[in-house]
Amino acid sequence: MAFVSNGTTIADAGAFSASLGSMVLIKTLTASSSATLSFVNGSSSVVLDGTYPIYKFVFINMHPETNGKGFGVNFSDDTSSHSYDLTKTSSVIETYHAEDGSESTVGYQTGVHLAQSTGIQYLTAEDNVGNGNDECANGEIYLFNPASTTYIKHYSTMCSYNSNGTHCNSMRISGYINTTAAVTAAQFKFKSGNIDAGTIKLYGIKDS
Amino acid sequence: MGLISNGTTLLDGGSISSGLAGSMNLIKTVTASSSGTISFVHGSSSVVFDNTYSVYCIKGINIHNSTSDELGFNGSIDTGSNYNVTKTTTHFYVIHADNGTQGHLYYNASEDLAQATGFQNLTSASQMGTNNDDCADGELWIYNPSSTTFMKHFLARFPYMDSRSPQYVYDCYTTGYFNTTSAIDAIQFKMGSGNIDSGTFKLYGVS
Repeated sequence: MAFVSNGTTIADAGAFSASLGSMVLIKTLTASSSATLSFVNGSSSVVLDGTYPIYKFVFINMHPETNGKGFGVNFSDDTSSHSYDLTKTSSVIETYHAEDGSESTVGYQTGVHLAQSTGIQYLTAEDNVGNGNDECANGEIYLFNPASTTYIKHYSTMCSYNSNGTHCNSMRISGYINTTAAVTAAQFKFKSGNIDAGTIKLYGIKDS
Repeated sequence: MGLISNGTTLLDGGSISSGLAGSMNLIKTVTASSSGTISFVHGSSSVVFDNTYSVYCIKGINIHNSTSDELGFNGSIDTGSNYNVTKTTTHFYVIHADNGTQGHLYYNASEDLAQATGFQNLTSASQMGTNNDDCADGELWIYNPSSTTFMKHFLARFPYMDSRSPQYVYDCYTTGYFNTTSAIDAIQFKMGSGNIDSGTFKLYGVS
């Protein structure tokens, strides 16, 4: 039975007819001295398949337990017993500026770009996210059509973070997961030590 | 009472069922008309800018200025009484001229801030054009502004046409943080001089 208000069909056949927006929150994970945070399709209500053509991860106030460790992500194409080791190639633009006004620059960052590597894709520099009480990393990742079995899977990121108590840092990364297998999971962690605190949200973006 | 259609619960308990509602929630639209400033103040004019959302996005659309200058923003910790929060930022841009010259990437040390309280420019040193069809468009993301634990990071990207001839397209990237553990409860935009002649600013909360 349709739900009609003032002549307009609001809902019918198990779905809303009226637009409710195209970016849908799928899952929120909150770290509490967590070694990793993982989003696995089909587990804990996570959807990371062909339901949406684009997925977006937003990470908020990621605070490392250990000072000076990079924050990053890796992906899996397994359907169980996930290993996070997919081959990736990426490019990185880094910019930073010190609170005393020194060391301002923008440039290509070879430290965390990847060339057919299965290792973690750092979203920050590898060794410098600060763990001062008020320091953290924030940003987002777009992952395009992870369920495709035809194409490689592109991703783009942006991140702002504190380093070493004195610097404002930013990274923007573009890359691809070089596989035609469906990507089924993503895992976030610091280079070493736990994620002391922070929230990561997974959204799906509809195509219709 | 829930609203169930074709066996699917669409509404129940006063909210839309999980996975159905959109997460980009339009909070407020403000349209400039020869405006000295554009402000979003929590608790004023239906603006929400607190811990209701952990991420906020402000989109600027067709921002047209009356005087060649730069578009900037600042934050407040006293609901708009003062816009003077300490910030450290980076600012770089990519440019290309209408005549095909000068395709470059630059860090702009005149537009970054180091523990400064002034407005952070979102456009760059070559000032925005004032031709009828010139404007700036972009978005500013602010993370967890109500936190009383962490600094408040922001990321912005604003492309625009400058005021020279031949004109240049500037694609400006600004990143930084409000270096305070007080909650940020208001954001203000203004030109370095002159008014914001026209344009629309939209504030979204990301749920």
